[in-house]
Amino acid sequence: MPAFRVEVRVMPRGALLDPQGQAVTHALQALGFGEVAGARVGKHLVLTVSAADSGAAETRVRAMCDRLLANPVTEDYQVAVEPA
Amino acid sequence: MRRVAVVVFPGSNSEIETVDACRDAGSDPYYVWHKDTDLKHADAVILPGGFSYGDYLRSGAIARFSPIMDAVAAHARAGGPLLGICNGFQILCEAGLLPGGLVRNDRLRYVSRPVRLRVEAVDTPFTNAYRRGEEITVPIAHGDGRYVADAPTLAALEAEGRVVWRYIGENPNGSTNGIAGVTNAGHNVVGIMPHPERLNAPVLGGQDGARVFFSLEARDATQPVGHLRAVGGQHSGV
Repeated sequence: MPAFRVEVRVMPRGALLDPQGQAVTHALQALGFGEVAGARVGKHLVLTVSAADSGAAETRVRAMCDRLLANPVTEDYQVAVEPA
Repeated sequence: MRRVAVVVFPGSNSEIETVDACRDAGSDPYYVWHKDTDLKHADAVILPGGFSYGDYLRSGAIARFSPIMDAVAAHARAGGPLLGICNGFQILCEAGLLPGGLVRNDRLRYVSRPVRLRVEAVDTPFTNAYRRGEEITVPIAHGDGRYVADAPTLAALEAEGRVVWRYIGENPNGSTNGIAGVTNAGHNVVGIMPHPERLNAPVLGGQDGARVFFSLEARDATQPVGHLRAVGGQHSGV
């Protein structure tokens, strides 16, 4: 079966206070990057997955996100698949 | 004398104090390793504090898939008393046995100090020896203690009296509505971020946490147990 490189981006829910993002925003502004109006901090995971095709890889990785990689109460995720 | 299973995960660090607190309260506590699948006829189960699996990915996210968790969930579904303390609370939320989740403290710092709490619900197996509205002091020690849940869940928790403890005075971690502990719809599963097992005897500087464990025994207790005494249905420090 072909291998796919699957990138998963996990971000704190939009409605949730993101204290890490706020701290990064303030630090950037203090460094003179006054154009920064906001920052949010999440996680980036890169998986190598065997699957019949890219659709199958995405379906499996979404199941992984729902079970383990993201917490649906506090986080949203996006999945991007490309050939390994 | 209740049989209390205290589950030990790799990275748990409060299991010894938890077993001591159960023993002081008159229970028969014992450890269960997370790879076991049998709770050995436990009357109650406690998931202790710590940093299971190094808090990798999210606090409690990996521990919830430990082999013992199937038995823990079955115990909870059958109405058995189940308490998660600190990391144990995080694991119960990750496992879906309690609503909501626990995320990074609002000021991004690990906070370790005593806090004031109000006991808001006394109709749980772990708070029935308190008076409703009673104010107590218990230490916290966590970096991911800010309780969050969606609006309908929060409304249900408040309307149904399922907020068990609330921070009073300063909110140490930005927790929504000052929530320090909640219970499930059946009121048998309870989670608390502070550490009642760390302040359960006068020698430790206070014993406000002792009745969390004594509550399991309170119904039947007639004798002084540890530092607590039950007389005429009232449980008080000696």
